Amino acid sequence: MSALSDRDVLRIAELSRLALSADEQARLGRELAAILTYVEQIGAIDTSGIEPTSHVQLDQPTLRSDEPRPSLSREAALRNAPDAARGSGLFRVPKVIG
Amino acid sequence: MSGAIHQWTARETRQAIRNKQTSATEVVQALLARIAQLDVRDDGRAAAGPALGAFLHVDRDRVLARAAALDADHATADQRPLFGVPVAVKDNLCTRDVPTTAASRILERFVPPYTATAVERLEAAGAIVLGKTNCDEFAMGSSTENSALGVTRNPWALDRIPGGSSGGSAVAVAAGLAPVALGSDTGGSIRQPGSLCGVVGFKPTYGRVSRYGLLAFGSSLDQIGPFARTVQDAADVFAAMAGHDAADATTAHAAVPDLSALGGAASSTPLAGRRIGVPRALLASGVDPVVQTAIDAALAVLERLGATLVDVALPHASAAIPVYYLVATAEASSNLARYDGVRYTARARLAPGDDLAALYDRTRGEHFGAEVKRRIMLGTYVLSAGYYEAYYLKAQRVRTLIRRDYDTAFAADVDAIAMPTCPTPAFRLGERADDPLQMYLADVFTVSANLTGLPAISVPCGFSPDRLPIGLQLTGRPFDEAGLLAVAHAYEQATPWHREHPALA
Repeated sequence: MSALSDRDVLRIAELSRLALSADEQARLGRELAAILTYVEQIGAIDTSGIEPTSHVQLDQPTLRSDEPRPSLSREAALRNAPDAARGSGLFRVPKVIG
Repeated sequence: MSGAIHQWTARETRQAIRNKQTSATEVVQALLARIAQLDVRDDGRAAAGPALGAFLHVDRDRVLARAAALDADHATADQRPLFGVPVAVKDNLCTRDVPTTAASRILERFVPPYTATAVERLEAAGAIVLGKTNCDEFAMGSSTENSALGVTRNPWALDRIPGGSSGGSAVAVAAGLAPVALGSDTGGSIRQPGSLCGVVGFKPTYGRVSRYGLLAFGSSLDQIGPFARTVQDAADVFAAMAGHDAADATTAHAAVPDLSALGGAASSTPLAGRRIGVPRALLASGVDPVVQTAIDAALAVLERLGATLVDVALPHASAAIPVYYLVATAEASSNLARYDGVRYTARARLAPGDDLAALYDRTRGEHFGAEVKRRIMLGTYVLSAGYYEAYYLKAQRVRTLIRRDYDTAFAADVDAIAMPTCPTPAFRLGERADDPLQMYLADVFTVSANLTGLPAISVPCGFSPDRLPIGLQLTGRPFDEAGLLAVAHAYEQATPWHREHPALA
């Protein structure tokens, strides 16, 4: 892979929810292409019949019982919010539905 | 016990307080004075000395109050293995009512409502959180240069990087600002700065230490571990925080071994009967000759102590970096989705009519640094439709092959595998800042322990001719931290490196 097109970079940025400057777009296009070219070397490794490893849990995981239990208070959860209706215990965001 | 308070090990510190030779208050006063002299002043102005930049936040009043409370509770010292021991904590571990930024602009004003389990357990054991340390933003980097909040310098050479991502914690221990520290290790972020700063850095087995309250980066790779000036201190900190935690379903139920006496009975051949694997083919290229010389000498010491050296193959080791950067960035792109401008302090200034998508895009675009954006973009790309199988799924399959290499080595009765922690000593600040791929390649020896989940430790094993520290990495069997630490301890006790300290004002 030699380069990512501007369209590719914009599409990834949109999926990543990142607003990028024109300079950043150009630089990331070059850098990501270089990194992808490097990592593509693993394509040459024969992995037929090999199961993927998604995690390395070396012990049996346990599930907790699905019962109500104490958790963070609304007040504590809202304390770091940049904008909140603290009286009613809600995060405030721009209007989503018109 | 020898030297000034700042040179004491954690064990010596606790013992001196227990014997009432000193108090927790005197210990933290000495360290706070040293931090003010060598690190950063409370008012944010440069320190009088070298301005190491290990700490991002030190709350003197809180530290002194905690020490006074311990002094008033001296009767519990016998039951608490870290009584009065100051610990520096990487700033990606949540501490209630104390800022936790992950060295990112997006969390610059974040104050967590709860404390990470690992930190809480150290406090229960009597430790004193001295402050929060600098790191690469969200632990993404190998030099601490990706911190949005400041530069951290290597105490052995102030124009060089301390390593990363847990650079501040490594510097705090190396410079005598704290006897022990906590870091997180996703691809070498404890072992690599430990090596480059001449201290012990230990990544336990995946699942040993609860990650509750650790800001997640790569969830199948992340593990919390200690920095220390001795292997025994690292073992003591590890033992105090390890074990199952109901708040982290990935923690293991396996019993935590007794690590209180790593030395055992005195012997001139403490490693008799142990087999140490050496991946000769992997070490044949790309290792700086000064590192190779130190590693060869370290292997000779292990042999002299009774160990048998055997060749191990690790045929897929060269694929570890590509696999790591595919898996870690994919997981990071998902984990960092939570920083959305709604919950965690930072939000971009919006214009009238801006919608929720603009809030997300601009908050993240304006507050994440270059490396974090690069990794989110890469991870998003390799998970996206049309690329998932060729990149992410392929990497997961090769990850299986890397795990099998280690299984094969350990099945052949190898107790630990030895190699350098880093291919070179610390490089200069700025030297690789514009070449992300070059920076990634420096992780060649450390990422496999994360991909496999195995415990691994870096112990000091010498110096370059210009007096830069070099580290020996030992990788052990899953959940056999006791065996791994015993080998590391025997090596340390037979060598002088852990008694060397950087010359600081």
